[in-house]
Amino acid sequence: MTVRSKNVKIHVENLVKNFGHTQVLKGITTDILEGEVVCVIGPSGSGKSTFLRCMNRLEDITMGDIIIDGYHISDKKLNINKARENIGMVFQHFNLFANMNVLRNLMLAPVDLKKATKEEAKENALKLLETVGLSDKADSYPSQLSGGQKQRVAIARALAMNPDIMLFDEPTSALDPEMVGEVLSVMKQLAKDGMTMVVVTHEMGFAREVADRVLFMDDGVIVEEGTPEEIFSNPKNPRTIDFLNKVL
Amino acid sequence: MTQIITTYGSLLLSAMGQTLLLALWGLLFGCILGVIFGLSSVVDNKLSRAISVIYVNLIRGVPMIVLAFFVFYGIPYGARTIFGLRFVLTSLQAGTICLALNCGAYMSEIIRAGIQSIDPGQMEAARSLGLSYWRSMFRVVLPQAIKNMIPSIVNQFIITLKDTSILSVIGFPELVNKAQNVIAITFKSFETWAIVAVMYLIVILALQQVANALERSLKRDRKK
Repeated sequence: MTVRSKNVKIHVENLVKNFGHTQVLKGITTDILEGEVVCVIGPSGSGKSTFLRCMNRLEDITMGDIIIDGYHISDKKLNINKARENIGMVFQHFNLFANMNVLRNLMLAPVDLKKATKEEAKENALKLLETVGLSDKADSYPSQLSGGQKQRVAIARALAMNPDIMLFDEPTSALDPEMVGEVLSVMKQLAKDGMTMVVVTHEMGFAREVADRVLFMDDGVIVEEGTPEEIFSNPKNPRTIDFLNKVL
Repeated sequence: MTQIITTYGSLLLSAMGQTLLLALWGLLFGCILGVIFGLSSVVDNKLSRAISVIYVNLIRGVPMIVLAFFVFYGIPYGARTIFGLRFVLTSLQAGTICLALNCGAYMSEIIRAGIQSIDPGQMEAARSLGLSYWRSMFRVVLPQAIKNMIPSIVNQFIITLKDTSILSVIGFPELVNKAQNVIAITFKSFETWAIVAVMYLIVILALQQVANALERSLKRDRKK
C-alpha cells in the first residue's frame, strides 16, 4: 500500500437526494482523503449509484453539501463543467461515443476543452491505450470491441482529462465473467498509482483487496463503514451482516 | 397527349420550376424552424418545451389548406381591420410561410425523436468529461441522431414537395395551378393530369436517388 497523504479530497455533508416524493439519499456524511480508494457496497436500490452521480452532479443535489477540491459541487452557481474536468467517471454501460473510433473517444474532451493540442492529445491517448493494453485498438469503433475492452477504453477516456478523482459506477456489472478480471486489474494499477477512487461495486473480492475503506449503504444511508477487514471479517450492523451473508 | 406536350410542355416545365422554387424556400425555412423547435423540445427547460409542443400541435391540428387561406387572405385582412396595417402577401411569400410552418412542425418531431433515440448515457458520458450541454449535443448526440433521422427527413422533403400543390388554391403558379389552366383551354383532363403525375413522379424518384446515395455514403464513413 502506498503512503497516503491526509488532505480531504471529497467532503460530503448531510447529502439528501429526492426523486419526486421518494427520498433516495437520507443524509450522507463522509470525507474521502487524497489517494484513498473507497468502495461503496450495498443492495440494489440502496442509493449508492445516486450518491456517486451526485458527486459530479449528474444528479441534482436536493440538499446538503459536496465539496471536491475546493469546488462547491452543490452550489447551483458553480460552473459544473469546470469541476467535472477534474472528476473522471466510468459507467456501468461504458457509454463510449459510438460515432467515434477509440482514439477520437480519448481525444475529444482534451482537445475540445483546450487542455491539449491535437498532437499532445493523440500522444497522451496512445500512451493511455498502452497502459490499458489496447494499443492495437486505436482505430477500432466501440461496436467492434468486447465489453472488457470497451470498459478499459472508457477508463482511458476518463484518464485522458488527467483527473484527480475517478468515480466508478458498477464498472464490471455489465461484463461477462471472464472479462471482469482485465478491468479490475486496470483499476488496481490505478489505485496503486495513488488515484483517489470511489467505486460502487458488487465485486467484494476487489473491495476487500484494493479498498482503503468500505462504505456499506442501505436505504439511503451509510449503515457502516470501515477498513475491508472490519467490514468483511467483523461486520457489526445486522443489516451489513445480512447483506454479506447473501453475497459472500 | 403529344399535342399537349408540344403546345404546353414548356409552360408545364416552367410551372414545375415554380413548384421546385416554392418547395426549396419552404424546406429551407422549414428546416430552420424544425431545428429550432426540435432542439427546444429536448432541452431541460419547461418553457421552451411547452412552446415547442404548442407549435407542433397547432400546426398538426390544422389542415394546410386552411393555413394557406388564413395566411394569404386572413392575415392581411386582420392586420388591416384590427391594427390598421396595410400590406399584402404575394402568393410566393404566403406559400413559403405555410410550407415552412408545416414542414417545420413535422421536422421538429423528427429531430426530437431522433435525439431521444440516442442512449442518454452518451450525453452523460460527454458531460462527465466536462463538455457543456451544447458541445455534447453537437459533438456526440447529434452526429448519431442525424443518421437515424435521414430516412424520415427525406420522407418529409417528399411530402413538402407534394404539399406545394395545395398552394395552387391561393393562386401560386405552380404545376397543379398551371395544369388547371391548360385543362380550361384544352378540356383534356386525362392527358394533362397524367403528364403532371409523371412529372411529379420523376422529380421525386430523382430526389429519392440522391437521398439513397447520401445515406449510403454516411453509413460507409461511419462504419456503423
